[in-house]
Amino acid sequence: MRIACPHCGERSLDEFLYSGDATVRRPDFASPTAMDEFIAYTFERTNPAGPHRELWYHAAGCHAWLVVTRNVATHAISSVEPARDVALAGKPETKDGA
Amino acid sequence: MATADRRGNGRQPNRLETGGLIDRSLTLHFTFDGKTYVGHPGDTLASALLANGVRLTGRSFKYHRPRGILSAGSEEPNALVELRAGARREPNTKATVAELFDGLAAASQNRWPSLAFDLMSVNSLLSPIFVAGFYYKTFMWPAALWEKLYEPLIRRAAGLGRASDDSDPDTYEKATAFADVLVIGAGPTGLAAAQAAARTSARVILVDENAALGGRAIDDVAEIGGNPSHEWVKIVEAELDRNPEVRVLRRTTAFGCYDGSTYGAVERVSDHLARPGPGVPRQRLWRLVAKQVVLATGATERPLVFGNNDRPGVMLAGAVRTYINRFGVVPGRRVVVFTNNDYGATTVTDLTNAGAEVVALVDSRPQPTAEVQRLADTTGVRLISGVVTGALGRQTVSGARIRAHGGDTVELTCDLIAVSGGWNPNIQLTTHLGGRPVWDDRLCAFLPGALPPRMSVAGAAAGDLILDKSLAGGIAAGSAAATESGHKAVAVPVPASTAESDAITPLWRVAEPDGKAFVDQQNDVTAKDIELAEREGFRAVEHLKRYTTLGMATDQGRTANVNALAIMAEITGRSIPETGCTVARPPYTPVALGALAGHHRAKSFKPTRLPPSYRWAKEQGAVFVETGLWLRPSYFPRPGERDWLETVSREVTTVRNAVGICDVSTLGKVDIQGPDAATFLDRIYMNGLKTLAVGKARYGGMLREDGILMDDGTVARFGESHYFITTTTANAVKVVQHMEYCAQWLWPELDVQIVSATEQWAQYAVAGPKSRALLQKVVDPTFDISDAGFPYLGIGEITVGGIKARLFRLSFSGERAYEIGVPARYGDALIRRLMEAGAEFGVCAYGTEALGVMRIEKGHISGPELNGTTTPRDVGLGGMVSTKKDFVGHVLGKRPGLVDPDRPALIGFRPVDRSARLRSGAHFIARNATPTAENDEGYMTSVAYSPSNGHWIGLGLLKRGPERIGEIVRAVDPVRGADTLVEVVSPVFVDPEGGRVRG
Repeated sequence: MRIACPHCGERSLDEFLYSGDATVRRPDFASPTAMDEFIAYTFERTNPAGPHRELWYHAAGCHAWLVVTRNVATHAISSVEPARDVALAGKPETKDGA
Repeated sequence: MATADRRGNGRQPNRLETGGLIDRSLTLHFTFDGKTYVGHPGDTLASALLANGVRLTGRSFKYHRPRGILSAGSEEPNALVELRAGARREPNTKATVAELFDGLAAASQNRWPSLAFDLMSVNSLLSPIFVAGFYYKTFMWPAALWEKLYEPLIRRAAGLGRASDDSDPDTYEKATAFADVLVIGAGPTGLAAAQAAARTSARVILVDENAALGGRAIDDVAEIGGNPSHEWVKIVEAELDRNPEVRVLRRTTAFGCYDGSTYGAVERVSDHLARPGPGVPRQRLWRLVAKQVVLATGATERPLVFGNNDRPGVMLAGAVRTYINRFGVVPGRRVVVFTNNDYGATTVTDLTNAGAEVVALVDSRPQPTAEVQRLADTTGVRLISGVVTGALGRQTVSGARIRAHGGDTVELTCDLIAVSGGWNPNIQLTTHLGGRPVWDDRLCAFLPGALPPRMSVAGAAAGDLILDKSLAGGIAAGSAAATESGHKAVAVPVPASTAESDAITPLWRVAEPDGKAFVDQQNDVTAKDIELAEREGFRAVEHLKRYTTLGMATDQGRTANVNALAIMAEITGRSIPETGCTVARPPYTPVALGALAGHHRAKSFKPTRLPPSYRWAKEQGAVFVETGLWLRPSYFPRPGERDWLETVSREVTTVRNAVGICDVSTLGKVDIQGPDAATFLDRIYMNGLKTLAVGKARYGGMLREDGILMDDGTVARFGESHYFITTTTANAVKVVQHMEYCAQWLWPELDVQIVSATEQWAQYAVAGPKSRALLQKVVDPTFDISDAGFPYLGIGEITVGGIKARLFRLSFSGERAYEIGVPARYGDALIRRLMEAGAEFGVCAYGTEALGVMRIEKGHISGPELNGTTTPRDVGLGGMVSTKKDFVGHVLGKRPGLVDPDRPALIGFRPVDRSARLRSGAHFIARNATPTAENDEGYMTSVAYSPSNGHWIGLGLLKRGPERIGEIVRAVDPVRGADTLVEVVSPVFVDPEGGRVRG
């Protein structure tokens, strides 16, 4: 498999580490239901047989975390985005959550 | 090497005077089972054996039947040999692909005591018990006999060759190459495809498993573009070799198709040589990445299934043509050709031209085609419409029993039966990503179904067996692939070629065969075994395969699978598509593990990292220990010391009473900068860091999101927006990855930069009451390192002899201690300077052992406690955990199971009998309880002999440990047979008030 790192170009799979589901976002620790939300965020996963958004780390490259959209049934990759961009797009502009 | 006196006279009875692509001007000597023979460059071991009249090459796997050479390629099921000797000895090498070299030594396999007289062939008489499924039926009871009796017996009786016991003396390498168009297979189709693609100036890679390009264009006699086909091959090959955009990989098998249009291929760089040249690998593993791929892998001929069809002398018709045309060897003098198709029948012409006598052409079709009739008319060969029911001859073929349609039986004397049951397109690579083959009734073969992305198939692999169609298909596929990859099309005309016919009527097995009719020759599976499997209910393809072991040998049933499937279809009255098909997984042919490993062997697999003081420590005679990849000094023995314990105790005592120095450079070091660095670190660490002042350091712990401790270390603040942290040696890489994750994915709005500095800084711990006095002599005098100017947990940038350095007042030992860091290139100089300066204070160097003893004496946690199951509270750090801020692990760390007061928690232990030795890993059991899993109350994590206490001490995780000080429990170690009474004590065994670190 090959992954097109947005910074480094198309690279072989063995430069990357897979690191789980990119569809879950870390909940607010101050939420009244924080415990249930964190349990779901940390442990509960769907197992789709099709396109899936995943986090990959370009460990032997630029150290970028990436959101890879991959069809897990065919391994066809439809997009690779810097995780930072994806995260910022889905997040209001706050500096300190505490 | 063959010696001069053993050299033969060079007579090769079956070698033709002319013809073939061998070099008769050079003679190569080789041995088979100790006997010397000769051959020529261009030969394979198989062609050279046949030239010398050697027909018996091995014994079969189960029945020990005599076997010879069936094919001329990588599909060979029978002619497996042990090649070479000593460390290079390799079993199960196909004689049909092993290229001959001078001095080659080969031995037959699976025979005892000799190939011609094999005692184990008695298995043939026992064949009723060796039927399909015999493993499951025969050796059911009693179980104890399996291990002691059956298995050793079977292993001796049934087997293949012996691997060398020595380690492989050769090297292997890996390479990656990129292409616009990858063409797999260099027969007429592949050559045409590569030529067409290359003419568009596309980057082309052409691979072929053989040393010589050409495929059937050199195996058969034909005309292409007005030239003999082997001349056409040379012309195209020259054009490709001239083109700098074309890479031709000969002796290279594309063995697997992977995601992202990536192909695995193995190049046998030096397999055709006695030994690789200097600096040259034995084999090279290629990763080929292609925009477009043309699969031109050709087809493999099917044998026919009749009685004793495994006798040496029964050979695929295409192989017979190959031996004649490519190698100038005629494998038989009196030949019966047995075919169910027109292509097979053409073998008569090749044989006749080579001077062999074709005693009969047996065509299984009720009505021979016009092609075959014409062939019989022109050659005058006796055409029999019927079948060969059995090969005659005990060790090799001496005749054929033929039953004509209508019932007349005739026995003809012959020494070779050339058989053709049709062709199976080599579509393995189309199925590696899950594509299912599709049955074609006209060709009686499976064709590629859904293809992997960016692949096209052409020629015989796509079912175009006829030369004209192959060439047209190759050119079309090559041109299309090149344009798909972005190149402008260039018209390439299809060269004219010899007319051919591929008409076929299936014959899956001969009815009422005379003798055992083999389907899978390598695993000794007969047509009867398939009937038996059917009777016993194993009708599905996958069941048939596993029950009979059909297709599961090293050849993966390339000459067997379709025949077997068709026979099962015939028996069950279903169609072949209804019966199913098996799909292939990589590799297409076996790949040596050495090639897959490449250079990643031994130290190249696991390189050694040397700390900055390594050279100095080596000079001191240090004993080293591997910690991860690092080679760290374990202890520094001095003359007269009896054992490691005496040395380590001396080092500990020196640190506690004077001063010692330890290289701690292996700890992970991370530089963190940015306006939001403080906020960032506050969310990474479980304890509050916002109050950490510039110029100060603090111990910190970080959790995983599930609340389990991940790592610990120190955080030093060099500026408002500049931090420098340390991690444990083991987690140096993981922590950086985790921080990058947090910075980029969890909190991308924070402005922070993270960089690993582990290898940039050499860092030494200088520990002991006299540490400051020592450093005073080393640190440049402009810097105030007095207790007032540089108190406990103070940090600062300093210089040492004008060199930029960093000083941290941190202590792992519990003594007054510092860590001094310099750029790594000054590490060697600094250790020498520190030791020299410390001489007057009685300084010693200490290693990881003393480091460990001192941290256990102080109750500090390390790897054994940070073991992926412990919470901060478990290891006595519960008080550090902030309740106010968000940090990784905050919420889930409060889960009921993690805050259960019954959880084992860190506490100290000492033996009741002070002379007793403690063992880590021992489990704690209440004094009066029986040592069972139910009564388990935790376990000892770390132990050491404490010179400061004069007895062994331990740290461990004990249920409600901190509440049980003074209690006596058992430390039970069933593995080492120890059961020791231990007293629960404070985990701090030295200076519990902690006054010493402050001086």
